[in-house]
Amino acid sequence: METYSFLREFADSWMLLFLFLFFIGIIVWVFRPGATKQYKNTADIPFRHDDKPAAD
Amino acid sequence: MLNYIKLIALALVTLLALIAANYARDLAYLVHALIVTAVSGGLFIWSLKSFGTKVTHSQAEYMDGVVRAGVIATAFWGVIGFLAGVFIAFQLAFPVLNFDWAQGFTNFGRLRPLHTSAVIFAFGGNALIASSFYVVQRTSAARLWGGNLAWFVFWGYQLFIVLAATGYLLGGTQSKEYAEPEWHVDLWLTVVWVAYLAVFLGTIIKRKEPHIYVANWFYLSFIVTVAMLHLVNNATIPVSIFGSKSVIVWAGVQDAMTQWWYGHNAVGFFLTAGFLGMMYYFIPKQAERPVFSYKLSIIHFWALIFIYIWAGPHHLHYTALPDWASTLGMVFSIVLWMPSWGGMINGLMTLSGAWDKLRTDPVIRMMVISVGFYGMSTFEGPMMSIRAVNSLSHYTDWTIGHVHSGALGWNGMITFGVLYFLVPVLWKRERLYSLTLVSWHFWLATIGIVLYAASMWVTGIMEGLMWREVDANGFLVNSFADTVAAKFPMYVVRGLGGLMFLLGSIIMCYNLWMTVKKSPAKESSLSVAVPAE
Repeated sequence: METYSFLREFADSWMLLFLFLFFIGIIVWVFRPGATKQYKNTADIPFRHDDKPAAD
Repeated sequence: MLNYIKLIALALVTLLALIAANYARDLAYLVHALIVTAVSGGLFIWSLKSFGTKVTHSQAEYMDGVVRAGVIATAFWGVIGFLAGVFIAFQLAFPVLNFDWAQGFTNFGRLRPLHTSAVIFAFGGNALIASSFYVVQRTSAARLWGGNLAWFVFWGYQLFIVLAATGYLLGGTQSKEYAEPEWHVDLWLTVVWVAYLAVFLGTIIKRKEPHIYVANWFYLSFIVTVAMLHLVNNATIPVSIFGSKSVIVWAGVQDAMTQWWYGHNAVGFFLTAGFLGMMYYFIPKQAERPVFSYKLSIIHFWALIFIYIWAGPHHLHYTALPDWASTLGMVFSIVLWMPSWGGMINGLMTLSGAWDKLRTDPVIRMMVISVGFYGMSTFEGPMMSIRAVNSLSHYTDWTIGHVHSGALGWNGMITFGVLYFLVPVLWKRERLYSLTLVSWHFWLATIGIVLYAASMWVTGIMEGLMWREVDANGFLVNSFADTVAAKFPMYVVRGLGGLMFLLGSIIMCYNLWMTVKKSPAKESSLSVAVPAE
């Protein structure tokens, strides 16, 4: 039962904080400067190599 | 050397399966042992005959054979699964269809898991595996990793489906919804799934594109999460290694919570994340324009996987589960509105500037209506997870209607769209055989779903209200049989809706077959005159 209490307490304090900050971090990261240009390139990936793999 | 090891291993498996068949303690296990004997024995002979022939994998080409096989399997299992669904729908309306001569094998209780697994795991699973193999190659600009391992994944998964289906009919199930297969079948699925992960991840690792396209993130989260769910929810100890019966290690309410943590995330990651991977590749391809907002797609991904995993307890309102746990599940279900609708908007808005395609291209119409159904059922689901609403909707047919507007509307329609996209590409045809038939499929399926969902709303809410109705003295007004009798007309309408959906899928199979047989090939299109339509 001790393990349970410890994990329970850890889960709804530090782990919760970590996951929340991680998530906020992703949103901030997505809107970093220069992202729009790079994502435009990434969003075009499906239109590049339809017939065969890229050469080495 | 490797060939010798393979032959010895196959011979050993055949021998062990025969021994297991000899000692089998129940019918399901006996039949499974004989199926394994036949498969491994057949593979032994086949390996012996093809001994020494070497299969080469040219890295300058995509591995499309296994995707073609997956497309055929998807269409095949789809029709089987829809047929089983229509049959059990009519069994509910007309109980005489639970034939006396087949009692214990084809009654509703045995066929129902066969239907759910056939549509979710056989139809949906094959669609996911095939489309993920297609997408990961194109977006990584690399051939599938692992050579013939992809073929092992394909055939291994078909074997899993056959073992699961025969097990259900013969009574070898562990009675966990969407996790019915017993321990020996679970072990086999684990082996196949690890191979699937290896092929997918291996291809991503050797990719030529510097970035991992968002569809692959969704596919990868689906593969990894399903592996985790499968292992935890199937932590069982077999009673005997020669019998199919096993006992779960979790006890009581922990087991219930584990089951619905599994069950809801099977919806969240199998039927949502994986299929969103399809959406993020095939809708841009069919619309011929990149996804509306790539930034939104990244936020969509992280929000979805961070939130979905907590929603399971909403299946256990008013049970032995602590209130804080079911409240947590309810709150997270409602928060899920945001990423779900963000994703829906992202899919729909990909068509901005190309809305005219809805009029001319029935395939994109199919994909768009699937995203529409995604939005509708991800609105309905959180609403039903609210405790007060759940007290009315739970255990009624409303739940079944909700599941089907998601499964038929979202998963079914996007898969049909993907099949219509893939068949001409994979078989190198100029175009589909008939767009008119696609339109027929579209309308049959759409009207079928509307009939299904509407009748289940009516019957579900009616049933819920009848169950809770009390008279002035506080006594219940209706018996259970009263509600069953009142539901009959809606059951017939539901069966008809299912029948229309099934008809649409048969039309699709015919259309795809004729596309491969009759449509002009792509290369020859320049030299052969194509008649004007």
